[in-house]
Amino acid sequence: MNHYFEFFSQALEIIVALVAAPLLTGWVNQCRAWLQNKSAPSMLQPHRMLHKLFHKEVVMAEHASSLFRMEPYIIFGCMILACGIIPTLSTRLPLSPAADAIALVGLFALGRVFLALAAMDIGTAFGSMGSRREMFIGFLAEPALLMVLFSASLITNSTSLTNIADNLTHRPLAIYPSLAFAGIAFTMVLLAENARVPVDNPATHLELTMIHEALLLEHSGRYLALMEWAASLKLFAYLCIGFAIFSPWGIAEAGHPLALILSIPVLAVKLAVGGAMLAAIETASAKLRIFRVPEFLSMAFLMAVLGMLVHFLLGA
Amino acid sequence: MANLILIDYILIAIAGWIAIGVFGLVKIRQTDFVAQVIFPLGGVLGIFLGTLGLIGVFAPVQTELLPLGLPGLPFHVRLDTLSSYFLFVLGIVSTGVSFFSAGYFNKEEDTPAGLICLEYHLCLACMAMLLIADDAYVFMMAWELMSLTATFLVIANHRDAEVRYAGFLYFLIAHVGALALVLCFGILGANTGDYTFAGIRLQQLNMFWASIVFFLSLIGFGAKAGILPLHIWLPEAHPAAPSPISALMSAFVLKTGIYGILRMTFDLLHTQDWKWGGITLALGLATALFGVVLSTVQTDMKRLLAYSSIENIGLILAGIGLTILFSSYGMAGLAALSLTAALFHVASHAAFKSLLFLGTGSVLHSTGERNLGRLGGLMRFMPWTAWPALVGALAAGGLPPFGGFVSEWLLLQSFLFTPGLPNSFLNMLIPIVTAVIVLVGALAAYVMVKFFGIIFLGQPRERKLNEAHDAGIWERMGFSWLVVACICFGLLPVHMARMLDRVTHLLVGDGIGAAVTAGGWLLLVPDTSGRASYMPVVFVMVLLACCVLAYVIVHRVYHGRSRRSGPWACGFPFWTARMQDTAEGFGQPIRHVFGMFFRMTRKLPSEFDKKPYYEIKVEDPFWSLLYRPIAATAGFVSSVAGLLQHGRIAVYLLYSFLTLMFLLLVINQ
Repeated sequence: MNHYFEFFSQALEIIVALVAAPLLTGWVNQCRAWLQNKSAPSMLQPHRMLHKLFHKEVVMAEHASSLFRMEPYIIFGCMILACGIIPTLSTRLPLSPAADAIALVGLFALGRVFLALAAMDIGTAFGSMGSRREMFIGFLAEPALLMVLFSASLITNSTSLTNIADNLTHRPLAIYPSLAFAGIAFTMVLLAENARVPVDNPATHLELTMIHEALLLEHSGRYLALMEWAASLKLFAYLCIGFAIFSPWGIAEAGHPLALILSIPVLAVKLAVGGAMLAAIETASAKLRIFRVPEFLSMAFLMAVLGMLVHFLLGA
Repeated sequence: MANLILIDYILIAIAGWIAIGVFGLVKIRQTDFVAQVIFPLGGVLGIFLGTLGLIGVFAPVQTELLPLGLPGLPFHVRLDTLSSYFLFVLGIVSTGVSFFSAGYFNKEEDTPAGLICLEYHLCLACMAMLLIADDAYVFMMAWELMSLTATFLVIANHRDAEVRYAGFLYFLIAHVGALALVLCFGILGANTGDYTFAGIRLQQLNMFWASIVFFLSLIGFGAKAGILPLHIWLPEAHPAAPSPISALMSAFVLKTGIYGILRMTFDLLHTQDWKWGGITLALGLATALFGVVLSTVQTDMKRLLAYSSIENIGLILAGIGLTILFSSYGMAGLAALSLTAALFHVASHAAFKSLLFLGTGSVLHSTGERNLGRLGGLMRFMPWTAWPALVGALAAGGLPPFGGFVSEWLLLQSFLFTPGLPNSFLNMLIPIVTAVIVLVGALAAYVMVKFFGIIFLGQPRERKLNEAHDAGIWERMGFSWLVVACICFGLLPVHMARMLDRVTHLLVGDGIGAAVTAGGWLLLVPDTSGRASYMPVVFVMVLLACCVLAYVIVHRVYHGRSRRSGPWACGFPFWTARMQDTAEGFGQPIRHVFGMFFRMTRKLPSEFDKKPYYEIKVEDPFWSLLYRPIAATAGFVSSVAGLLQHGRIAVYLLYSFLTLMFLLLVINQ
């Protein structure tokens, strides 16, 4: 019985992620519009967008290889799996022993590599520029994320995300200096990895500055829909990693249906706050020149390393 | 027949390789026969040897005395779990490379295929002999013969001066290494005069001499493995050699150096000092970071892979360094974990790097081009090369679910355990060391995107690429074999871990086998505490299920219509294949960030140039920092010594006479 319940929580988690991720993107856009004194689009706008794109026909470059056609599905699959591994609603997940924090970062890297390869596949100047920049950001952001996760796993003595969330929930409320550093680093990584403002601007197609959009230029129809959906799933996943480490309370741990149901509104509140904060950061900061991005990311990396170092120094 | 034990079968396989080589020499004029009959035979022997190695890992230690060699100096051979494991890897690699060679070698090489066949199989036989050697004499003989045959293989296309130079460089550095090894064995055998490994194991050296032996062996084996700063031959020899030879060298000749370090440190010397571990760890990390940064800026595809090999050797060495650290503090369980990671990486690197080098071989044969800037779009013309290369590239990038990820995972797990070290200074360094490891991992993915993307994706940068033909049937067999190896290492790490448990028990006295066995065949765990786990099979199944479900649902609920048209490219009307990123362009951000790693000379066009051109040359800094000064000093010393030479016999007689007088004077004192 308990077993079935775990599988049910796993399925519920993935379904919630699929539905909530575009809503989260819509919410962030809405908050951003309010903060910038614009009239905001509906929160359902990303969902409508996906629906429209799925109905459209795919227009593909003549020489696109089969790698290009596989890539949207692979990236979408990677992001679903990521949302299944991260404890968003429950910490009793059948998938959690399959992949720990290191494998999760590996999964994001796999998605990134396929994204970069597919952009190079068409062979336009923008595609290869985008993939170069994406890999460039990735090579600094990925280690920083891993170091953030290591800081948490040194405290909880486990690299499994569900164990980390479980362990941190049950500790007395205390401020861990290493986690403070890790928190700063994580915020910076989140901005960089999700193509948010100081690093990239999701609202522009200005060719000199775009990174994420350059990778999607040749996608259309259902491919573009899958990529957009995957991008919002990624944002959702990153925010949920942050919740699992920095505010793990409210994630159902006992195999109790009521706790599971309660965890959904808790998650919604957390996402609302997180999304609003993201919009505030985006509104308050200006986009960096691409040459300044390495400094931004090395800062994140340094913070994450400092977090680990502080853990060794203070033992907490 | 009834009395043959496992080690006899291995000796038979080695003899078989030698016989095959000689057979190739006999049929030297029949290139097709040599290629398509004799090389596959060698490949079949490779499968045989790999199987024997697999059995040997689970078998007890076997020793034997061979009535060969000089009178009174018989060959001692011994098969233990360490040598069996390396034989297993050798078997896997040599099979793939031999099948590929069957389709690769033809009349175009400067050396006849029959001669290459002899050198290649002798090299394989020497490596196998090296692994089962049980005295310093056999070991050094096999070692030197391996270097010699490998040198001849590197200079297979000897009409090219650059190739001869690369061969010379390899030979030179191999000999610097061999010199260190002879000294090393000299110290080990000096006390007792017994040069058998059994005798060496029995003696107890004091810490001073043990340290000298350790560092000499690090130099000697490091020269073969490509550890900083003795890596300099790799980026020259790999592009010069024919691709199957590069594959063999990168996959296994380098690993003999790793084997030597393991044999020397954990088997022949008993005690370990934490300082050795610290230095090895630092050296490994420096090698890894340097290798990966330099490989991002390379423009020659084989040179790129050569630097990537340096990186991987660095990672393996870092694992060994950590093992020495743990084992010097008596923490056998953690030592076993990091050693498992290092040994796992030996196998997975052997599989994916040989696959990638073979891929470059097919590209080279079909386009005649090694320069990344003149390749592109080959995925459409060479799918049978591109897909295996993609598997190799993903594995080399350390991405799940392939083998490269598992070794990185294990290595990171062993770093995360480190807070237990009693030395607080080392504990402080661990975050920085971990940071370097993850940075190297991320950069490796960058390199592999560059490698695969520029060669196989996009538009062909030259018109002639449109006529590229795909790999032949033998080459495809070689690819398939290694692709299966890459996937198996990635998906069945639990079986590998059980195998490695036997090896680590021999070397450090503990293993992760018990923990892994308790978890079942799906679950890879670093220890029994349940702190971490990874299930590659489940991971892949769920990932594939998600992809397939997404595909089916999208096509069912909506539609599957698609239309082909020109690329959009932001609506720019004119774009050519030349507007794609070149290899230089793709490496530019890294060049920007890691400027201090290279020696760059750049030439920018001025605004008034009629025919503007841009030139950049990136050089390995060790040439100007270390090697050129050494070469200049050597040249200076020999020019001074040359003053003594006149070519007249009377003068030489005078020298002899004066020497004699001097010596008599000394004796008289």
